Amino acid sequence: MAYPYVSDREVRVVSKHFGDPLQRRIDTYVERGGYKALAKALEVGPEDVVDIVKSSGLRGRGGAGFPTGVKWSFMPKDTNRPHYLLCNADESEPGTFKDRELIRWDPHQLIEGCLIGAHAIRAQHVYIYCRGEFFETTQVLARALEDAYAKGYVGENILGSGHTIDVTVHAGAGAYICGEETGLMNSLEGRRGLPRIKPPFPAAVGAFGMPSTINNVETLCAIPHIVTHGGEWYRQWGTEKSPGTKLFCVSGHVNKPGNYELALGFPLSELIEDVCGGVRNGNALKAVIPGGSSVPIINAEEVSRCSLDYEGCVAVGTMLGCASVIVMDETADIVKQVRRMADFYAHESCGQCTPCREGTTWTAKILRRIEDGRGTEEDLDTLMQTTQNMVGTTICVLSDSVAAPVQSSIVKFRDEYLALIRRGERVGAA
Amino acid sequence: MADMVTLTIDGHEVSVPKGTTILEAAKTIGQEVPHYCYHPGMSSPAMCRLCLVQVEGAPKPMPGCVTTVMEGQVVHTESEQAKANRQGVLEFYLVNHPLDCPICDMAGECDLQDYVHEEGRQHGRSVEPKRIFGRDDFGGDVLFYGDRCVMCTRCVRFMSEVEQDQRLTVVERGSRSVIDTFFEEGLEGTHWHGNIVDICPVGALVSKDFLHKARAWDLEHTPSVCTSCSQGCNIDLHTRDNLVQRLKPRENLDVNGWWMCDHGRHNYEWINQGDRIEAPLVRDEAGGTKALGWKDALGSLLERAGSLSGASVKAVASPFASNEDLGALAALVTALGGGETVFRSARAQEEVVLKGFPTLARRKDLAPNTHGATSIGMSRVGGDEATGGLDQVAAHDGIVIVLGDALSDLDASFGEKASLFVYVGTHTVAAAATADYVLPVTTFAEQEGSFTNLDGRVQRFWPALQAPGMARPAWLILGAMVAELAGSEPARSAADSFALLSSKVTAFGGMSYDDLGTRGAVVNATVSLSGD
Repeated sequence: MAYPYVSDREVRVVSKHFGDPLQRRIDTYVERGGYKALAKALEVGPEDVVDIVKSSGLRGRGGAGFPTGVKWSFMPKDTNRPHYLLCNADESEPGTFKDRELIRWDPHQLIEGCLIGAHAIRAQHVYIYCRGEFFETTQVLARALEDAYAKGYVGENILGSGHTIDVTVHAGAGAYICGEETGLMNSLEGRRGLPRIKPPFPAAVGAFGMPSTINNVETLCAIPHIVTHGGEWYRQWGTEKSPGTKLFCVSGHVNKPGNYELALGFPLSELIEDVCGGVRNGNALKAVIPGGSSVPIINAEEVSRCSLDYEGCVAVGTMLGCASVIVMDETADIVKQVRRMADFYAHESCGQCTPCREGTTWTAKILRRIEDGRGTEEDLDTLMQTTQNMVGTTICVLSDSVAAPVQSSIVKFRDEYLALIRRGERVGAA
Repeated sequence: MADMVTLTIDGHEVSVPKGTTILEAAKTIGQEVPHYCYHPGMSSPAMCRLCLVQVEGAPKPMPGCVTTVMEGQVVHTESEQAKANRQGVLEFYLVNHPLDCPICDMAGECDLQDYVHEEGRQHGRSVEPKRIFGRDDFGGDVLFYGDRCVMCTRCVRFMSEVEQDQRLTVVERGSRSVIDTFFEEGLEGTHWHGNIVDICPVGALVSKDFLHKARAWDLEHTPSVCTSCSQGCNIDLHTRDNLVQRLKPRENLDVNGWWMCDHGRHNYEWINQGDRIEAPLVRDEAGGTKALGWKDALGSLLERAGSLSGASVKAVASPFASNEDLGALAALVTALGGGETVFRSARAQEEVVLKGFPTLARRKDLAPNTHGATSIGMSRVGGDEATGGLDQVAAHDGIVIVLGDALSDLDASFGEKASLFVYVGTHTVAAAATADYVLPVTTFAEQEGSFTNLDGRVQRFWPALQAPGMARPAWLILGAMVAELAGSEPARSAADSFALLSSKVTAFGGMSYDDLGTRGAVVNATVSLSGD
């Protein structure tokens, strides 16, 4: 197969059909065993589905890694009020490109996962919130959904089971913050995409004020496989606390960037050296951001010790996040990279909370000044302190996401900052 | 009481009803947690992040404005962590907030100024250029200085939740967020938008009317009651140089909450009007007038009245006069032998209700003390423009006393037939040309007194301005004559005067100034109305 790059180290569960355009067709999907898990789930009832998923130990693939089955069990058991399942397809974390591929290549896998998830939480309506810029993706998904409706997999009386589940594909308008679960709900409801204060949590008061559960695309894509094969089957991969497989979006200075589905616990250094064909041009590795732009950056030494599961990343002072591995070789300018991230967050801050609204922009301005050679050593102390004031002081975690790369880079790559500052001082003196 | 929660705030044990927020609970021990976006009259988005407090056991600092109290909770609002949080947030505010306090209308009453002075860093660390939004005319009385905005969204929420006419919104996001109007007309045509200037914690929203008129620290604040309708909104008169500079609402949940209407807010220039009568004027035999001292003027008036004993009295009062003034007038009419007292008052076609606080409206009855006048036994005559209805008084050949009514629809022939015509007022009016005595009195802003609002709530007001010349409160002048006629002790203070009223009129029975305080109290339920 020619899907950009593949590796024999991969365990392709959700990404099995990447690169195969036939998989988008409902007939092919059904031929290959699709929608059987749905039939099984509808037969066994919500509690059993939740139990299967709990037993698999599947953790949310959106970044936080919360156990999916447990999350589902928070939903109220009564159905006096409508319940909603929301699928978060607002993939916009810099470095992440897995959900787009999951939807593009295998839309029915997601639809089936959504239907099973909805059944498990007693929801009759699923909203798939697609990132606004995902034009092709949204179109593919909408077409697949049409086919699924036509074949009776979605809508009233699914497969003659008496269950009704509708699915709506909703396109966002292009805001990073709408990928935050409560911001997504506000956006879905037609309001400004501002994260909400928690509590109340979505399971109590979610979309349209009703009990809601929100899951990532990759999480829901794993569901049909888990329901088909059982929780134990899924646990054959991964570690005790981080079972299963995970898509890794590798970008940056490697020879073969791309999406790779690996068992959790895979060594980061092997991902770079073996799976991705090593750092480009034989250059030395400088740094890696293993979980998308909002996790702390790690240096080459830490990379050698890092195993790619939720706990392994925490052990080296970073996070797995959504497993978006950004690789930087010795030619990378760390200050510039961090400044670009800060610019991104300043641009995407919703502007509600003061520490984020003012802090992100201020951070970006200071970094720009340092990059331009007009910084001082005091600026580094200021950055460390002001970004710390942005941690844990806001409604959502967007401002924490700025603090992570800035603080970690200043600690680990202080020399690069100082070099820019010194060079500026010399030019200034001359 | 059931459903009480006991917690510890800054080492003090506090019991508050379940559901109370930490911020409100802290108020009960006198601890004001700094905040911007929170306002007790509106929903709380918890976005300014200033009210973050330390709650033991919580992983993060919690916003005091939305976190409800829990049994046994231990809260610190003054701990190192809480203070460090506030200092951090305040520093963020100053990244973009301009330091233009010297030319800012809000300086001196600005929360940001106060908070930073109290707890902020001594020196700013931001050297980056600040973002510039410039100014915008929001329509109505409101100017918007975008650079000063701290994005608390109180104004947006006031318009959407309280006035319920969504004229403002936040556009853009992040540090580019700015408050804006939907259309060109902005706030034009709304009736309560002055309140957004009050609730703006900084100088982002300022009143065009007040712009550059006075510095906040030069203003004297005097508690008073709005006279623009019968709602009786509690207000403060802000004065400087013996002139009212602006009116601000004063919190009273029983009457107006935190709000007042734009009509009332801007209706104050009349208080500052000059050309006042400054001395008692007495008509001499030649038809001219001469100014006398109070003793001589009242002495000759009583002498003249005594010579007319047996003549009946017809009096015209004003619903803009205080309960005390009206009580003294009623007592004088009785002392002179009895008669009828009427008043005229304007009425609007429609009420303008504040939808989010529906017990507050600009009422149809546009006078502050109609309820007081009727309680004292006076009856309303004339039309809704406060005109007409005085034909009988004009034709009266006995004693005619007019208190406060400007008689604007009448000409100089008014009072010609009267054997004695006494005009008690603030300004010379055309229809009082034939008055035998013109007695200068004070406005409500120059005297102590009380009004009774449409719900029968008696509310006190205090003197804010110096009265011109020899003008004195009507209760003092009329009360002195009553005392002279009855041989009793005159009322020497507004409180005495109210006590006299309270002893005579059932509605006010048992009330005293001390009971009324600054919040007022409702008149007795069994109101005795005579002649109505």
